[in-house]
Amino acid sequence: MSTRTSHRLRGDEAVRQLADELWEAVSAADEYTATDLVLRAVDDGVDPESVLLDVIAPVQGKVGREWAANRLSVAQEHAATAVNERAVAALALHPAARTAPERGRITVACVDGEWHALPARLLAEVLKLRGWRVDYLGAQVPTPHLITHLHRTAADAVALSGSIATRLPTAHAAITACQSVGAPVLVGGAAFGPDGRYARRLGADAWAPDARAAADRLAGQPLARPQPDHQQLDDLPHLADQEYTMVARGSASLVRTVFTALEDAFPAMRAYSELQREHTAEDLAHIVEFLATALYLGDEELFTGFITWTAEILTARGVPAHSLPPALGILARELKDFPRATRILRRGTDALIPLHATTAGNRA
Amino acid sequence: MRNDAAGLLLPAARPGTCLADVAPGWLSVAHDALRCPDTAADRAAQPPLSGVIGERSFEAHPSVRADGTVVWWLVDDTDHRLVREALHMERERTAFLAKVSSMLLSSLNLGRCMDVTAQMAADNLADAALVIAPAQGPQLPVVTCLRGGHPVLSHESVDPDDVPGLGEALRGFPPVPSRWIDPAAAPEWMVPEGFGPIGSIVVTPLPGHGVPAGALVLLRRSQTAAFTEGEEVFARLFAARAGAAMSAARLYAEQASITEILMRELLPPSLHQISGVDFAGGYRPSMDHDRVGGDFYDVHPAVVDGEASLVALGDVCGKGLEAAVLTGKIRNTLHALLPLADDHQRMISLLNTALLNSHHTRFATLVLASAVRKGNAVDLRLTSAGHPRPLILRASGAVEEARTHGTLVGALPNVPTHTAALTLAPGESCVLYTDGITEAKGGPMGGTQFGDERLQRALSECAGMPSESIVERIQMLASQWVGDGSHDDMAVVVISAPRTRHLSAVNGHTRGRFTA
Repeated sequence: MSTRTSHRLRGDEAVRQLADELWEAVSAADEYTATDLVLRAVDDGVDPESVLLDVIAPVQGKVGREWAANRLSVAQEHAATAVNERAVAALALHPAARTAPERGRITVACVDGEWHALPARLLAEVLKLRGWRVDYLGAQVPTPHLITHLHRTAADAVALSGSIATRLPTAHAAITACQSVGAPVLVGGAAFGPDGRYARRLGADAWAPDARAAADRLAGQPLARPQPDHQQLDDLPHLADQEYTMVARGSASLVRTVFTALEDAFPAMRAYSELQREHTAEDLAHIVEFLATALYLGDEELFTGFITWTAEILTARGVPAHSLPPALGILARELKDFPRATRILRRGTDALIPLHATTAGNRA
Repeated sequence: MRNDAAGLLLPAARPGTCLADVAPGWLSVAHDALRCPDTAADRAAQPPLSGVIGERSFEAHPSVRADGTVVWWLVDDTDHRLVREALHMERERTAFLAKVSSMLLSSLNLGRCMDVTAQMAADNLADAALVIAPAQGPQLPVVTCLRGGHPVLSHESVDPDDVPGLGEALRGFPPVPSRWIDPAAAPEWMVPEGFGPIGSIVVTPLPGHGVPAGALVLLRRSQTAAFTEGEEVFARLFAARAGAAMSAARLYAEQASITEILMRELLPPSLHQISGVDFAGGYRPSMDHDRVGGDFYDVHPAVVDGEASLVALGDVCGKGLEAAVLTGKIRNTLHALLPLADDHQRMISLLNTALLNSHHTRFATLVLASAVRKGNAVDLRLTSAGHPRPLILRASGAVEEARTHGTLVGALPNVPTHTAALTLAPGESCVLYTDGITEAKGGPMGGTQFGDERLQRALSECAGMPSESIVERIQMLASQWVGDGSHDDMAVVVISAPRTRHLSAVNGHTRGRFTA
């Protein structure tokens, strides 16, 4: 008990130091040191929830940021994540982390196509610590599995995690399906926007910015049972114009068309290696995917945000972003009969103008 | 002046009397209002006047004559009103039943169906409702709900035969009409806490289809009106829907648990470190709603310490449940052949004979790998029987194909194979996979195969990664390549020589510090 108190007093500083040490271990893929650090901290009386949320979670956040900044390779990022996951698993087995379930039952899952499982895993462990009975279904759970699980368990609520914006249409289908079998849904993760705006738009029953807030929300007033007979179209009536459906269904052929037209516009592309061509096609596919998602949500900012981010990433990696405006132009020509798509693409092109001016200026 | 009919209706209204003295208030007020010029202008906009005289209701239509007197035409609309009220009630009931159906239809969970039934009955039919399911053990599951409250589940150790009609309803005897119970005779457990004196109780069986679904008990307080015959009929309509939903939920639960028990043996195992060698596996069936398919893998630890563990990964022709059943058979056969695990050729030949002799007409490809830790390295022997060659990921990022080949099993009498032997240095890995990965069609332009080259390129980026990260990376790339398109079953197993110093101590599967 006394160690516990002393640690509380040292509090933030101890936790910050622990996070620094864990980062050292994780970035070196040193699993042994990482798990040992975590277990020793709990031995010393640091609250297991604090280890999960104030040590492991920030370290994982840093892994993501370092990767985005190109300071960690793909392999390093995967290895670091794996080490963090093992640290969570080790912590979950510590006697101090064992809590008898005394609350209701919660299902924790990632949206189908979502591979970043750690945030959901952290939430699952925190909920267990707080006395919930938790069914953790893991990464990329197909909606039929989720619904079958709910029929069998009658969970009090579903916590759904998503970090990739382009999975939001899939997330929406999952949210609606859970609600239709009577389970309220709490969502979280970067995909739902920094202020949770997409959570509201997709009719989620609750949104939380992080695992601690999610656990607090679930501990408060129970989520109301959702109304049956609710359909996706009720949240997003603009889907009736079918623009999303047409773009999402025809994405491969759209990419092909734009690719060919780009080759005509930029003869230099013909000299690209096979790998470069594939990367270009992947970039185009990404643009179409984000366009489709923006059409789904009826949110132009989602697309402009993505386009400016892409331009910055390309510039940071030494690839000139000057092919982006023509690509958007060709897409707009292909989709000229779709008023919403046309408007979104125009906004995207406008958003590139200031960036374009700066890069051109730099080069001059 | 009055006509004969008016004389019968308002006998006191003789000519010359004051209207306020002989006619009901609503009529005389309207009469006075009519003669006031301010309101006369609005008259046309107002709905027809109506009110009650005696036991009947009337619409009153005024005609103002030239001399300023008013003639009131009274039209009896009692029957019309009654029909309208009946229609309104029927509409409400239909809307309620539609809502009940959609609430009940949405769930296949028995507990949830009981909750919905109790809550809707309490809110619409009575002051409190109990839903009682047939006992699974010595106790009766009972969901109780007060009007406006939340359903609460309890388990009662009681004899249902103490309550008239309840025992029969729970045993699935033919549904009898609702039974009235003397409120004074109701057992204590049936009365929610703080409910107060009971006015009436009715027990209605919930008709199941072939299986007893349970019973619904409705309670009303003494100050609430007792159940009318119409309400009782309506309660039975409600019970029919609730019973159908509850019996469907019960059947689903039974089927689901049967499936789960049968499926358990077919699911791919979760892999972990064995005797200093890292193993990781991942599986994605072709159908998202399936959990098994035609690909399989297993890792069998050596019986004697210091000998090699055996890995088997394979692909049965076809997909879905039927293919999965054959994978179960192959996995069992290989398990039985484990004493021969040293001799891959012999195992494959015996498996081939077993498959040829079975009634299955399917064939399979597979790869066997024997892995044993030697110092910091891992010695591997790999044998492919018609299967894509395993890939070796070197520390440098170089990717090699293991030089093994052989014939698929289950088709020909002889299955010659060639085994490859090699060594993994610390941090190096061997990747076994099925063609669902390389033949996955998709990509940004659609219709392109993921292919060997792309797989090898992806792997070369994985140099030094832990085994489960390599599995995850390959699965992720293949899945993203496919996108929303269809694909075959995909399986990957990675065998790694752990990087020195970073031994896997605890990973949630192996016995760690606190699980011994």
